[in-house]
Amino acid sequence: MVLQDPGQMGNPREQDLIARVQRGQRDQFYELVRPYERRVYAAALAILRNEADAEEVAQEAMLKAFANIRQFRAEARFSTWLIQITVNEALMRRRRERTVVMERIDDQRDDEGEYQPRDFADWREIPSEALERKEIRQKLGEALSTLDRKYREVFMLRDMEHLNIQETAQLLGISVAAVKTRLLRARLMLRDLLAAGWEQGWFSRLPFEKGNKPW
Amino acid sequence: MVVNCEQVWREISNYLEGDVDAALRTSMNTHFESCARCRSVLEGTRNVIALYGDERMLEVPVGFSSRLQRRLSENVREGKPWSTWSAWLVPVAALIVIAGTVQLVSSFTFQPPLKSEHAQPGHDIPPDMQVVVAANTKVFHLAGCTFIHDKSQLRTMTAREAIRDGYVPCVRCLRKYLEVALGRQPASTLGTDEEAEEEQELRNAGH
Repeated sequence: MVLQDPGQMGNPREQDLIARVQRGQRDQFYELVRPYERRVYAAALAILRNEADAEEVAQEAMLKAFANIRQFRAEARFSTWLIQITVNEALMRRRRERTVVMERIDDQRDDEGEYQPRDFADWREIPSEALERKEIRQKLGEALSTLDRKYREVFMLRDMEHLNIQETAQLLGISVAAVKTRLLRARLMLRDLLAAGWEQGWFSRLPFEKGNKPW
Repeated sequence: MVVNCEQVWREISNYLEGDVDAALRTSMNTHFESCARCRSVLEGTRNVIALYGDERMLEVPVGFSSRLQRRLSENVREGKPWSTWSAWLVPVAALIVIAGTVQLVSSFTFQPPLKSEHAQPGHDIPPDMQVVVAANTKVFHLAGCTFIHDKSQLRTMTAREAIRDGYVPCVRCLRKYLEVALGRQPASTLGTDEEAEEEQELRNAGH
């Protein structure tokens, strides 16, 4: 199922729903957030890495959005606003539940050295159709989960939640330059992981061969 | 301008974001034409972005939607969230501050600088500004404020969250955002947190 385009700024139906909820039609709220429930859950999951916690935080974030709906201003994208609430909620929970309050310093420092992409001269594209298959989605999810947190979070917000670089920086409290550096590395590392996955036969049952792209 | 492979890798993500200048883009394009390895890196990175950016990657557990819907409808019907609406927060906080003031006046008439006047609604504080709160207090500060008592357990959040969660702004480090009462100096230089906590207790008691 393909949901709505993430760039749907100014969707009239959505604006109408927001206005109605803001005027007090509470029962319309689920209609408003339904297109984003999966993004909200994914954002919480990427930060908390635990399904039960992520679900609870997703629900809390929705309730918080509901409670603050009058603060939402039309110049922002509703989906971005919702994701921001979710990420803040998830980060707060993680901080609360952590016994060591302060981060390890080196965990947040960007690696100095260059990242050398591995040499897979003949990149075999994985077509989007492959995502219909659960095992493929799982493999991609597993590859992402092996990334360090600082890379995973930036990648998730930018490439999965479709926030822009500035929004990502602001939400994580890091500089735009740091977002760009981490994004680069996250993307290159994932590429390497997926290319290695080809070699390990993750995608071997896909109905296409090298140099033969039926899509 | 000629770019080598390392330079290309360093910029490949920006290239895909459309975030490189025209000259660099041209150089990179030229490089891609002749370098199979960099082309592979480019295609792979582009593929990664397309795959992970696909909505199908966002899966929820079985029953997630119905559980969410139930939770929302329970709370929506009870109307709980509406009582915390921030739109109401400022006037309500103002009323509470006034009530607290009256209460203080009646109990400590001989104490001229009313503590409650120092607690201010933080409505002029930029909502996205990063602030910190210490454990067991109800005051939020700018990081590095010297009036934070217990610096060992600080949590960072935005001003909006702090206000929403019932924290009041520190009148020292956030002074420029506050209409501090009559420009009067607080009686003690250490008392901010306690003052605010007392304030909070008064609010709780009086409301």
